[in-house]
Amino acid sequence: MAERRKRRSAVPEKEIITLTKVSKAYSTGAPALKDVNLHINRGEFVFIVGDSGSGKSTLIKLLLRELTITSGYINVMGYDLSKIRHRKIPKFRRNLGVVFQDFRLLKDRNVYENVAFAQRIIQKSNKEIKKNVPSILAIVGLAGKYKAKPRQLSGGEQQRVALARALVNKPTVLLADEPTGNLDPKNSWEIMKLLEQINESGTTVIVVTHNREIVNAMQKRVITLKKGVIISDEEKGGYIDED
Amino acid sequence: MRINSFFYTLRQGVRNLFRNKWFTLASIATISSCLFLFGLFYAIVTNFQNIVHRAQEGVAVYVFFDEGLEDSRIQEIGDMILRRTEVSDVHFVSAEDAWESFKTDYLGDYADGFTENPLQNSANYEVYLNDVSMQSALVTYLESVDGVRMVNRSEIVATTLTGVNALIAYVSVGIIAILFAVSVFLISNTVMIGISVRKEEINIMKYIGATDFFVRSPFVIEGMMIGLIGAAIPLGIIYGVYNMVMEYVTARFSMLSSLLKFLTVEEVFHILTPVSLGIGVGIGFLGSIVTVRKHLRV
Repeated sequence: MAERRKRRSAVPEKEIITLTKVSKAYSTGAPALKDVNLHINRGEFVFIVGDSGSGKSTLIKLLLRELTITSGYINVMGYDLSKIRHRKIPKFRRNLGVVFQDFRLLKDRNVYENVAFAQRIIQKSNKEIKKNVPSILAIVGLAGKYKAKPRQLSGGEQQRVALARALVNKPTVLLADEPTGNLDPKNSWEIMKLLEQINESGTTVIVVTHNREIVNAMQKRVITLKKGVIISDEEKGGYIDED
Repeated sequence: MRINSFFYTLRQGVRNLFRNKWFTLASIATISSCLFLFGLFYAIVTNFQNIVHRAQEGVAVYVFFDEGLEDSRIQEIGDMILRRTEVSDVHFVSAEDAWESFKTDYLGDYADGFTENPLQNSANYEVYLNDVSMQSALVTYLESVDGVRMVNRSEIVATTLTGVNALIAYVSVGIIAILFAVSVFLISNTVMIGISVRKEEINIMKYIGATDFFVRSPFVIEGMMIGLIGAAIPLGIIYGVYNMVMEYVTARFSMLSSLLKFLTVEEVFHILTPVSLGIGVGIGFLGSIVTVRKHLRV
């Protein structure tokens, strides 16, 4: 295992995510994360891979501050998440776009309202919303479907809406938890291309995925988790076979 | 909160009513049922209380004076009685008034045989009480007053009315407790349905960075509107039913109307309307707060 681990040579100029000896244990069962050290710089594109039960979802939940760490130190975008007050969490999350495997759209609202919702939360004026939402829908290729309800869209389209919602507030970091998990290969690639574009515009992108083909093809930084421990952290890495 | 955010929240609250039609209907039905029972019970109890109160008002204590007592002392006694807190009213009945009244009520033309007033010594005060249960205490006091020869009272009526009052109070507390328990059960069930309907939506809002206030506001507005509608419906029904029953009773049992004075619909609704609306809105407010709160810590 030790030889798999490659230390990143470049010293980060500006760390946007820092985890130092982070452990997370649930009230029952084995620890989900053990002594994890992780540093991600502003503007990076990072894949987090690993089998089921490796701790990927726990890691994402910790970064979202959905869960709190059991021990260690975690800092995301300057927020110490082990100490952040409950009332400060919304403000923290507004700089953190998030996309899920199951899209999590508001089913009773159309595409426009789903995206506009993120803007309403940060109290943008109607004028700004009317300008920003069509613009972001055009970027994700859904300008013509702004009136459609989620159930009228394909999986790929729904994920684009989720992406538009995550991006409309111009987040510093975008977390994507299995964004291609429910999509066919064609739509999966289109979503990944969009994520790459977003990253090129300066947003830090962290993608949790099982998609070996995409990870190997994109040649980005790959962090591999196994049983709650980082077993590999490679620049331009690939999907590591457990066998 | 910005003005457009305020209107957005308000709009969402109203839209939520229609988005979750079945939940809205179930909630309104639950609150309406509870408040209908409450309203009905209130209307009956207040009428009972009114009847008993009127009966109490008619119960008097009669105070007779020592023979030859000076008018100034009689006046003093009257003032002393009137200053008592349990006393609502005092009427002076002179010996002549007493005789006139007796003649009218019992003798008629036979009174002509009397040349002198046989009730010479019957001047008295008729003393009316606020609370008939205080009658014994008042009588004890009156009997100790200098110049008072005799105090007449109706102990059986006072005891009976006091008992009826106590009974109404116990029954009211019992029925209110039962209604409260039923309401809590029905409303908690409705809230549980609300939680399952709302869970995902609230989670999404929280992930995007909505504050607790922003998440909660539309649900609270929705809850309060459900409460308002849920209270208005039974009020309307009870208003109609009460009027119909009063008209029917007045028309069919006109004999009763001189004995039993029922409250007018305005008198009943003067209290029932604000109380019911307050309870309805309060239930809606608390219900929505509880429903949403469980999911805010995401």
